[in-house]
Amino acid sequence: MQRYFKTIRLFWSTAFASQLEYQLNFLIELLAMLGTLLGSVFILSLFFTGGRQLGDWTWESALVIQGVYTFLDGLTNALLRPNLTEIVNYVREGTLDYVLLKPIDSQFWLSVKKFSFAGLPEIILGLSIVFWAAIQSGSTFSIYALFVFIISLLIGFIILYSVWFLISASSIWFVKTWNATEVLRALLAAGRYPISAYPVILRFIFTLVLPVAFLTTFPAEAILGELKFKILFFGLILSSLFFIFSRLFWKFALKHYTSASS
Amino acid sequence: MHNNPSDLIVVDQLSKYYRVANKQPGFKGTLKHFFDRKTYDVPAVTDISFKISPGEVVGFLGANGAGKTTLLKMMCGLIYPSKGLVDVGGFSPQRRQTAFLKEITLVMGQKQQLIWDLPPMDSLYVNAAIYGLSDHEAKVRINELAEMLELGEELTRPVRKLSLGQRMKSEILAALLHKPSVLFLDEPTLGLDVNAQARVRSFLSEYNKRTGATILLTSHYMADITALCPRVICIHKGKLFYDGDLDSLANSLSPSREVKVELKNPCASEQFEKYGEIQDLNDRFVCLLVSRDKLTDVVSNLLTDFDIIDLEISDPPIDELIGELFIKGKVN
Repeated sequence: MQRYFKTIRLFWSTAFASQLEYQLNFLIELLAMLGTLLGSVFILSLFFTGGRQLGDWTWESALVIQGVYTFLDGLTNALLRPNLTEIVNYVREGTLDYVLLKPIDSQFWLSVKKFSFAGLPEIILGLSIVFWAAIQSGSTFSIYALFVFIISLLIGFIILYSVWFLISASSIWFVKTWNATEVLRALLAAGRYPISAYPVILRFIFTLVLPVAFLTTFPAEAILGELKFKILFFGLILSSLFFIFSRLFWKFALKHYTSASS
Repeated sequence: MHNNPSDLIVVDQLSKYYRVANKQPGFKGTLKHFFDRKTYDVPAVTDISFKISPGEVVGFLGANGAGKTTLLKMMCGLIYPSKGLVDVGGFSPQRRQTAFLKEITLVMGQKQQLIWDLPPMDSLYVNAAIYGLSDHEAKVRINELAEMLELGEELTRPVRKLSLGQRMKSEILAALLHKPSVLFLDEPTLGLDVNAQARVRSFLSEYNKRTGATILLTSHYMADITALCPRVICIHKGKLFYDGDLDSLANSLSPSREVKVELKNPCASEQFEKYGEIQDLNDRFVCLLVSRDKLTDVVSNLLTDFDIIDLEISDPPIDELIGELFIKGKVN
């Protein structure tokens, strides 16, 4: 376990060093990230001026959802995108062979090898928005609510990760993955708005089929102290299933890789 | 087959087939390919058996597509065998257990594992962490290997700025950090210039002597094989057709040598019959085919029996012989 922590630390410090290696590129990335942030803030300001309700959500609580979305988007940019879109290159260039011969879990390697620090400000901004908006809407921040919030964020992230990993792992067959990343970003973007803002049929789909609700709406409800325990419980089971499935699928994919590749 | 304790690697009747489907050209072919796909197995490796003892350096020879890489990958656990058995140090490679992975390493000449934008040193410490080496152990090990590989400040220069030779040496360093006892090298000198090749070669032979590690390598460069591998395994079209020492391979490929002699005075052909098969006799020039084992005797007798101006012994280089063999497809 300690070995895994040390490995992560070294992975990320080398990732940081790699990004700093190209000074200009790093500056541009910082600028691009600033642009993204301004865009997010602008969209938020639309919520302010509109003053309308979305579903049965007041704008303050809808803002919490925006915050959760921004946080997850930052995490996506920091961790999921740099790593999971890279899997296809490992397969195409054959460097997956090196990963498989390391005495370390290959899914772990492929999932945490890189960390893009350009995602960090978005993560911080997202959390700030969540807490600010939650205070605005009168949340009391009980220890319990905070705890449930963290758990539900984790649930959301694991679900997003697992779906993304599943699609990326399929590149073992297709080698060139279809623009899966865009589909996933659209899925996450659907979570920008409260789930009850959608028609009933979409609400159903977003909860059970494509668990968008778990990504943003439920964590927001958690910090507002409104999340029902049974949903949290359901979320825990669902995310565990997603995660276990991603691992099994990876094992299956590797079996194919090792029996078909040359 | 029972494992003899002296065998480190046992490969027994190993086969690998790839399932492929061929598509006829055109739209009709596409439809047929979609609805009624005919698949068949293409053998990559067929029924290969051999054993390797600890500390051996074995070269795998074969033309492109002969099955060398498939065989090597089955031994390090990257490819599941279709049939047969592989055993490496008591492990079944395809299970890729941690204890097994810590004992082996793979270097592929055409693929790199070092992080492109950073100096090799950064990648080395990442590898050290993965193999659970402490920073101190890693440092000692890096210094030791860097000295053997004649690597110095290259290790702190971004990989993208290194020459191919420096990069390959750094790759080898990264692959040997965890003191593996079995080295799988797939074309480790690919693309290197003659000097860099020679340095990699001398490093490998020194590493083998110092650590007693077993080395299995494939190479296109005959010089790699002749310099490093007392034993070669030749593979042709997925089948093993020679396993033994390099000298006897050369012997079995060309049991005789050509001896060309220029004489001071013309001699009759009968005088040469006892020395070997006469290929050509022309005034003062004689060309004899002499078997390898008699060569030294014949040459010394010739020198004492005749007045000789010039004597030339020619032996087709081994790579030509093997190349010819692969082209002809002459399999025993």
